[in-house]
Amino acid sequence: MSTAAAANPMPGVTAGAPVYELEGVGKTYARNNLVALEAVNLTLTKGSFSAVIGSSGCGKSTLLKIMAGLIPPSTGRVTLQGRPVTGPRRDIGMMFQQATLFPWRTTIDNIVLPIEIRDGKSAARAARDRARELLELVGLKGFENVYPNELSGGMAQRAAICRMLITEPAVLLLDEPFSALDELSRDFMNMELQRICRSREATAFLVTHSIPEAVILSDVVYVMKPRPGRIAEVIEIDLPRPRTLDMMTTPKFGQLVDKIRSRLDKEAFL
Amino acid sequence: MNAPQSATETPDAAQDTVWVETVPLIDRIPRSVQMAFVFVVFVALWDVVTRSGLVSAIILPTPWETARDLVFVGRNLITGDYMLRALWTTIKEVIYGFALAIAIGFTLGVIVGETAFGERAIMPYLVAIDTMPKVAFAPLFVAWLGFDIHSKVALAAFIATFPIVVGTAAGLHAADANARMLFKTMGASRWQTLIKLKLLTGLPQIFTGLKIAAVGVMAGAITGEFLGGGKGFGELIRVAASNLNTPRVFSLILYLSIVGLALYAFVTWVQRTFVFWHKDQVLRGAD
Repeated sequence: MSTAAAANPMPGVTAGAPVYELEGVGKTYARNNLVALEAVNLTLTKGSFSAVIGSSGCGKSTLLKIMAGLIPPSTGRVTLQGRPVTGPRRDIGMMFQQATLFPWRTTIDNIVLPIEIRDGKSAARAARDRARELLELVGLKGFENVYPNELSGGMAQRAAICRMLITEPAVLLLDEPFSALDELSRDFMNMELQRICRSREATAFLVTHSIPEAVILSDVVYVMKPRPGRIAEVIEIDLPRPRTLDMMTTPKFGQLVDKIRSRLDKEAFL
Repeated sequence: MNAPQSATETPDAAQDTVWVETVPLIDRIPRSVQMAFVFVVFVALWDVVTRSGLVSAIILPTPWETARDLVFVGRNLITGDYMLRALWTTIKEVIYGFALAIAIGFTLGVIVGETAFGERAIMPYLVAIDTMPKVAFAPLFVAWLGFDIHSKVALAAFIATFPIVVGTAAGLHAADANARMLFKTMGASRWQTLIKLKLLTGLPQIFTGLKIAAVGVMAGAITGEFLGGGKGFGELIRVAASNLNTPRVFSLILYLSIVGLALYAFVTWVQRTFVFWHKDQVLRGAD
């Protein structure tokens, strides 16, 4: 617990306290009068892992962009650590389906890039030690001076995790982070993600297309439905922590997956 | 993992699994030999055509005459005679023209590629000028800038600017949506995004533009000399041609092509040094 407190950017906040809050968040695109998102309420508590699942066009990516501060909501309130989100912030970490490492930078230079952009080159140099610690955390020790085109897909995503963590964000927004990997690497990386999140007591929010992935990683799964995009169902996942891949064969896991699938089936394919 | 197993296998069993991989003949002959073969065939054909009297010697000299003149011009260049001075004039035109084209082309490329105004309001004019036969502007440049090297530099730069503009503008659009979004989430300013993302991502396209420009700048300088006189290599070629000294024209062109080749090689070398990370670059390392 003491190590987790050290990594905690807000020492006063204890586990379970709300970190990220959305109240009545909606988005209407003026250009075609399309309601992409309607009255979304959700609260991410400290150290929790949440996932949002839904068919394409259900407003997942709009929701994520609003949460990342990339686009403004049309209605509602977005609050992170007590302050309204009005643009990209350093306490928001983000990760995409593609690792998006820059081939002209070594792995470690890619990882300190967010620091370089926000605080300049000397701050980035000072952050290299922290970057090395992160590389060790994700199992990439010794790869700091390797160029990204020599990394495998899984290794590149590990480096992307480091880049996301380097600013010590309060919330991690994960946009299908491992869906470009093969199935075996994907399962393995999901377990790694759990380990990393637990070791840092990170608050994470995952967007995914995969029901098993959502269930194995999350404490809460939000099921979204399209036209207009909204959260139709909130499902608590009460499997014990830490989760293991073996749990995916238990009846309890199967029931949860079935439950989510049945909720999705009703409207998703109309 | 199978290594210890196969070591204990009997020789007979090992022989059964021996595969003789056949390499195609074309892969077994070194590339230099293949190139030499084409050269020899070309010269032999040339020799037959000229020696048999099929083509008049005034129109096409024999390979032997051309080789003799190559040596003559080469000697003149080495001893620093008038030909070297002419070559140096042309090289200066090419270098100044190329530098000018890079400065103007890159600036315009960034304006057109980065700003909406540039793309909407300036690009159409650039496209319009680019479709014009640029050599036709040569008399204008001579009228404006005189018979000295300025008019040649201007024409060379004029021709070479457009590929650089197009390459730079295209390069700035090369960064994918993910990379742009990532820079946004990191709170990068427009300037940071341009320097640290767009320009670097676009380097391969920018260098493609530079390579096309390197070829164009040479053509521009020589055309300028043909049409505007002066003391360059183009003038020597023009004089030799009007004297029906065809072997001289041939050897002058060959030496000139070395200059063009050197410029192209220089750009390629800079590209390999700075764009070492590009996928094509890594693959192309073989040749």
